[in-house]
Amino acid sequence: MSYPADFRYTKEHEWIKSDGKTATIGITDYAQGSLGDIVFVDLPKPGAEITAGKTFGSVESVKAVSDLYAPASGTVTDVNGELATAPEKINKDAHGSWMMKVTLKNPGELNGLLSAADYEKFVAEEGGH
Amino acid sequence: MRYLPKSPADREAILKAIGARSIDDLFAPIPAEYRLNRDLKVPRQMAESEIVDWFRERSRENGDSYAMFLGAGAYYHYRPVIIDSLISRGEFLTAYTPYQAEISQGTLQSIFEFQTMICELTGMEVANASMYDGSTAATEAVMMAVRLTGRRAAVVARNVHPEYREVLATYAFHQDMPLTTVRYSDSGRVDLKELEKSVNQDTACVLIQSPNFFGTIEDVDAVAEIAHKNGAMLVASISEVVSLGIVEPPRQADVVAMEAQSFGVPLGFGGPYCGVIATREKYVRQMPGRLVGQTNDRNGKRGFVLTLATREQHIRREKATSNICTNQALVALMANIFMTIYGKVGLKELAKQNLAKTAYAAQQFGKHAKVLFSAGARFNEFVVQTSEDPYAINSRLLGHKIIGGLPLKKFYPELGNAGLWCCTELTTRAAIDGAVNTVNESQGSAKPSREVAEVTR
Amino acid sequence: MKPRPTIRKATTHVNQNEGLIFEKSSAGKAAWRLPPLDVPEVDTAKLLGSAERKDLGHMPEVSEIEIIRHFTRMSTWNYAIDLGMYPLGSCTMKYNPRVNEVVSRLDGLANGHPYQPERVSQGALRILKTLSDCLIEITGMDAITLQPAAGAHGEFTGLLLVRAHHQSKGHARKKILIPDSAHGTNPATAATVGYAVENLKSNSQGMVDVAALASQMNEDVAALMLTNPNTLGVFEQEIHKIADIMHAKGGLLYMDGANMNALVGKVRPGDFGVDLMHLNLHKTFSTPHGGGGPGSGPVAVKKILEPYLPTPVVITKPDGALGFEYTRPQSVGRVRAFYGNFGMFVRALAYTLANGPDGLRQTTEDAVLNANYIRKGLEGAYDLPYATPSMHEVVFSDKLQAKKGVKTMDIAKRLIDYGFHPYTTAFPLIVPGALMIEPTESESKEEMDLFIDAMKSIAEEVEEDPEMVLAAPHTTRVSRLDEVAAARKPVLRWKPS
Repeated sequence: MSYPADFRYTKEHEWIKSDGKTATIGITDYAQGSLGDIVFVDLPKPGAEITAGKTFGSVESVKAVSDLYAPASGTVTDVNGELATAPEKINKDAHGSWMMKVTLKNPGELNGLLSAADYEKFVAEEGGH
Repeated sequence: MRYLPKSPADREAILKAIGARSIDDLFAPIPAEYRLNRDLKVPRQMAESEIVDWFRERSRENGDSYAMFLGAGAYYHYRPVIIDSLISRGEFLTAYTPYQAEISQGTLQSIFEFQTMICELTGMEVANASMYDGSTAATEAVMMAVRLTGRRAAVVARNVHPEYREVLATYAFHQDMPLTTVRYSDSGRVDLKELEKSVNQDTACVLIQSPNFFGTIEDVDAVAEIAHKNGAMLVASISEVVSLGIVEPPRQADVVAMEAQSFGVPLGFGGPYCGVIATREKYVRQMPGRLVGQTNDRNGKRGFVLTLATREQHIRREKATSNICTNQALVALMANIFMTIYGKVGLKELAKQNLAKTAYAAQQFGKHAKVLFSAGARFNEFVVQTSEDPYAINSRLLGHKIIGGLPLKKFYPELGNAGLWCCTELTTRAAIDGAVNTVNESQGSAKPSREVAEVTR
Repeated sequence: MKPRPTIRKATTHVNQNEGLIFEKSSAGKAAWRLPPLDVPEVDTAKLLGSAERKDLGHMPEVSEIEIIRHFTRMSTWNYAIDLGMYPLGSCTMKYNPRVNEVVSRLDGLANGHPYQPERVSQGALRILKTLSDCLIEITGMDAITLQPAAGAHGEFTGLLLVRAHHQSKGHARKKILIPDSAHGTNPATAATVGYAVENLKSNSQGMVDVAALASQMNEDVAALMLTNPNTLGVFEQEIHKIADIMHAKGGLLYMDGANMNALVGKVRPGDFGVDLMHLNLHKTFSTPHGGGGPGSGPVAVKKILEPYLPTPVVITKPDGALGFEYTRPQSVGRVRAFYGNFGMFVRALAYTLANGPDGLRQTTEDAVLNANYIRKGLEGAYDLPYATPSMHEVVFSDKLQAKKGVKTMDIAKRLIDYGFHPYTTAFPLIVPGALMIEPTESESKEEMDLFIDAMKSIAEEVEEDPEMVLAAPHTTRVSRLDEVAAARKPVLRWKPS
């Protein structure tokens, strides 16, 4: 699986794509693979504030729940409503299935995140456990 | 010991296989200073016949075959015999939580049917597989409303079962949930004017019971309107579920919390009973307790599984919707069989008999004593106010092998000499007439009884 | 490929189909009949007005024989203790004696109303009192409440007592320490009572790391919730140090009594420093699991916690009669309506009387003996992550089988084909791919030998034909069910098509 070079990544397996002021957030292909079949996604409502490093929602498989961690701080402007009825889209295309769009509070925060190459290296190590 | 399937030779053989010299080797991890080197001081081992005798004696001391006029959250209805014959099957009795769906389809399908019938009866869209009892179900329902609304306070009608309110208060205290109690009006129903004043932007939910503790049916529409216009939810508790055969369910409620004991569960001195929560589909992820769902197997055959388990403690741990682990599966099965036996027509006829007996009894009592809260419709309970202390009346009734109504002083001191009476399909006209006569014996000439202290609690 | 092994315990048999009850319903069938009404009929419309219900929707209409067959057929799709070994670790699936069922149905007990006057409740009160006395002696504690409806409810009650105790000293404290091997109910309960949960790591032997405990213990910690033996089936050998560390800083030691069946008659928690604990009557004291309940979770406490017990408590009056006492100013309140799951008290007491002190001790010894026999029999075939001695249960892992892509749940499903209920899978969390096996005292050597054979045979099958194991079970009424579809698009009730 290739990780898009124009995304940034967290060690908690979220991706974020920014065009400067706004950004799109989702979870990585590695994350969907280790979760297995996703059955439910719990996301904030538009207008909610998210804080870098803090949880903003969760994804559920049949027998596990994983918290989602915000890659950056900001305000939620839009949520992918499709995922409410078709969470399996994340399993099929994690990098194409965005979860929410946010207005960034501090676009500079993204510089602290992993690049595609670094993330790939990170999951290769983590997967080796 | 007759339950243990091993001979001394078996034990020796096992010890040898393990490589232990004696059983003590296996208990070596327990520090010697703590080991119990004596017999436990419990009664000696008894034969089965002795056990049966011991409990028969207790059963007799408990006064069997009395005519029963107590309700108040625990109701004496007839239990069709096939309930016990079916739940005694080892496959139901001695199975556990249906974690392994392939060899638990009996339990799973029966719970699915239970959930369906509870939905039909309550007018709700989803129901859980049962929980401890009516008091904890009502409490869990209130906490569910707190999670759903993001508000902390609850408004509770004072004519909700007093012990349910006590349980709620215990839980609420540690959740920092403010509780406001709303009084009842002269009709015995929740005082709508005061309710109106009590519900505000901080109210997560209003908790009412219908029929309420006095047996009176609440105006659910009016209560719902007050709750909803303030953005609060309505939680309706039902402790006498036989009422659902003839009384409209609280369809405007957001959550229904019930005690299904009346559906074929023995009185059993207070438990085990059968709590249930039912609600709207959109709230299901905040509903506590087990749920069974329909699905297919690999060959496309219909089957049932435990589902939405991620709400539960074994997965979500400290973030779970509740710490509840067990449900009341076997008791829910009793209720399930009971609902199946009476069904669409029988439940209605059963409820009608309860209504008729109660109407007759209230009328008879009303000739010489005051029957309170008669303005509103009631189901199978009513409050009788007498000049004589109800404990004294009950003491006299015991002499006639009658267990009288519940004295309300303890819970509602303002009602004075009042008792909460209940009639079901099992209450005979003869028992009603007998009770009425005994109550009337000293109306107006109340004299203290020596026996009062004995029956006071 | 070798021919499939002969399965000695199980064989397939006719298994009847049975639809949902709603699919058999038709108007006019009935399984009920009421006696003639001996009071005047009433006009329901007049009595109830707009509150009158007109229709009961899709409630079924069926006859009695159909109900008998419906539930009997469904029952045959269940596995149960009565059919064979049910080694579900931590759940203690022991024999449920039938005399328990008989005595709980005696008229005066089954039909006793919780509010009937004390004068006609002496039998029930005597049962409450006798069972309380037995449980206090068995646990080595000073007082007890029988009110909690289940183990998790007992934990809740216990932590309320902990809170009340600290509150009385002026500071409720903030945290509960919980080992990483604990049942999920422990952290969930702590949260319900408003405490923060702090995780306590286990050491390499699967026990509490005493040094870590000492460093994490401080005046903010209200209690440690400890399961002993723990969920690995290991007795916490440094229990005295654990208790001392807690007590030195004013904390309490709470014992989750889920595994009390490893200790009864051999050692008493009250003697090794436990301040309070709950019991699961459906585990240690043989009350039926009934497909998932009812449980019963009495909480036994030391003297210092007695004032806080839920109301009411049973007392002996000056004249020797028993009664309830409601006036207890320091009580944490009520945790359930009435007095608890009384029917379970009757059964637990019948079990205790059937055993006596000698039977209770022998029961514990046999439970531990059996777990060690299973352990010995399966060592080598399955990975044993902790070599620490086992008490009443043993935890293996699927490490060896995982190399072939076969996980604990797959082995469990194949075990079904051999005529056994699976062990507990994937718990405790500190063992990846856990197989948690608890035979209980109720298994004979013959049944355990069959189980050991079955497990070894499956281990061989994993080597030779992992695909076959992955597709198991092969002999059940339904094959593996689609849990993903069930969770994505929940169908939680029947609807007419």
